Amino acid sequence: MTYEELLEELIYKDDRIVIVTAENRAVLRNIPNKIGDKFIDTGITEQTLVGVSAGLALRGRIPVSHALATFLTMRAFEFIRTDVGIGNLPVKLVGGFPGFLSEANGPTHQAIEDVSIMRGIPNVNVFCPADNEDLLICLQKVIESSNPFYIRFNNSESVIKHNNDFEIGKAEVISKGSDVVILVYGVLFSQAYNAKKNLEKEGYSVGLLNIRTPKPIDEQLILETAMFSKLIVTIEDHFITGGLFSILGEIFLRNKITCDVFPISLENRWFKPLLFNDILRHEGFTGNQIAERIKKHIQK
Amino acid sequence: MEAQKLLELKNIAYSVRQHIIKMSTGGGCFIGASLSCVDLIVYLYKEFLNINKDNLNDLTRDYLFLSKGHVAPVLYGTFAEIGLIDEERLKNHLKPNDYIYWHPNRNIDGIEFHSGSLGHSLGIAIGVAIDCKMRKQDNKVVVILGDGELNEGSNWEAALVASAKKLDNLIAIIDRNHLQANMETEDLIPLEPISDKFEAFGWGTRKVNGHDFEDLEKTFSKFPVKNSAPSLIISDTVRGKGLQSIEARTDKWFANFTYEEVEILLKELK
Repeated sequence: MTYEELLEELIYKDDRIVIVTAENRAVLRNIPNKIGDKFIDTGITEQTLVGVSAGLALRGRIPVSHALATFLTMRAFEFIRTDVGIGNLPVKLVGGFPGFLSEANGPTHQAIEDVSIMRGIPNVNVFCPADNEDLLICLQKVIESSNPFYIRFNNSESVIKHNNDFEIGKAEVISKGSDVVILVYGVLFSQAYNAKKNLEKEGYSVGLLNIRTPKPIDEQLILETAMFSKLIVTIEDHFITGGLFSILGEIFLRNKITCDVFPISLENRWFKPLLFNDILRHEGFTGNQIAERIKKHIQK
Repeated sequence: MEAQKLLELKNIAYSVRQHIIKMSTGGGCFIGASLSCVDLIVYLYKEFLNINKDNLNDLTRDYLFLSKGHVAPVLYGTFAEIGLIDEERLKNHLKPNDYIYWHPNRNIDGIEFHSGSLGHSLGIAIGVAIDCKMRKQDNKVVVILGDGELNEGSNWEAALVASAKKLDNLIAIIDRNHLQANMETEDLIPLEPISDKFEAFGWGTRKVNGHDFEDLEKTFSKFPVKNSAPSLIISDTVRGKGLQSIEARTDKWFANFTYEEVEILLKELK
């Protein structure tokens, strides 16, 4: 099943749902002709897209609103913060091509601060599906949530069968481990999974957590992880500032604990624009490279 | 317009101006900007819009979004006069026990949405107008914009979208008092010809004397201005209207008067 097929199904079940887009139709090819006036295209207008979505929500609708992740979260930031955030309206903001998925577009299109700035807005939650299957498992609950959500869209191919039980604020535990626990969200899940396999072959006990919603974060699970694991690794196609590494820092400070946390993220720079697999190799984010980086950290 | 109706509207507008003046002390308010759109807002709530305390949760009622949110005292004063809120509540202006401050808050009955950041409400109103159409309802959706507010690009983006979506249930009204925060609009980023600009964007436009109830009635009786298009009404007004001592003055956009000054202003009010 595809994202838009599920959306179509949900729309038939729930009259409140409408699809809005700022002419971002990459994953909305077929649905416009199927749902009639419940498909609203505002043109290349991220600010108006968010305003219109807020207006629709005021009328009881649940707008699922699409634009490229960079322009949605940054050009329209104040509209999201002011109209959707202060209003606490159940608008679902879908950011397309976030992080490494922007491929060869270049830094103008690299949303690698989106998790940071979206989670900083009160009331706005953040959902980062690991792949297409994870997206489809979680989507209905995210859409039906009374909160606004930022969805870091990712419909990449799944490498594992995900747990069907999804609760907002709960991470998916792929495995537990005592040497290393890897925390990851979004498209890098499959690379983290490969890294885990590699490390296990070499005798390490490796845990893997799919952080489906960086906000609300699964604080309890992370605290338990910090208690029982020698090393936590955070992996994200995001600036180190404000993402998962920062979230862990906040949790540990709040709870007056510390532990060894190794961040694998982007340090204060944009990444080299290339095709997806080449970005992974160039930036050191393939499963093999991640495993090597973790081993090096352990052996330090 | 019947003489009695005209007298009633004038009396209400007079009372609303009194409320605004009383809010211009103890911290103050955007008095000059507020006084320019009193007559317009009183007219809309009394004569044009189907909004009252019993239908606020009804999806078929009309809507008024105040995009120039800093003139919230006009709404509160008007709400007190038409029974949406208790007049006593106006004394809570800037008090911690209520939500009455310099910009609108949705916790107060009648306030559609918070505003204050300019260039937001038109997009929101478009969303509401689209939904009214989707539900095949014939509600009217009104947005009041400041003229200085037209500097914000988001208004022009939204204006294109409203026209593209043929929202003939949408009316944007510009409170054309010719002044923005610090100076005349035309001395900074000239806006004229406003009508031509919006007409080029596909809107139907009309001008009205925003202080003349009979002209307001005449203007709003023909709606939409143009078939299958959103309407723009340019409401020609004077900042500070009603208080000669502050009328059309650039330094009285916001004011915080002493209690003694307020007493003098209340006597001066025409």
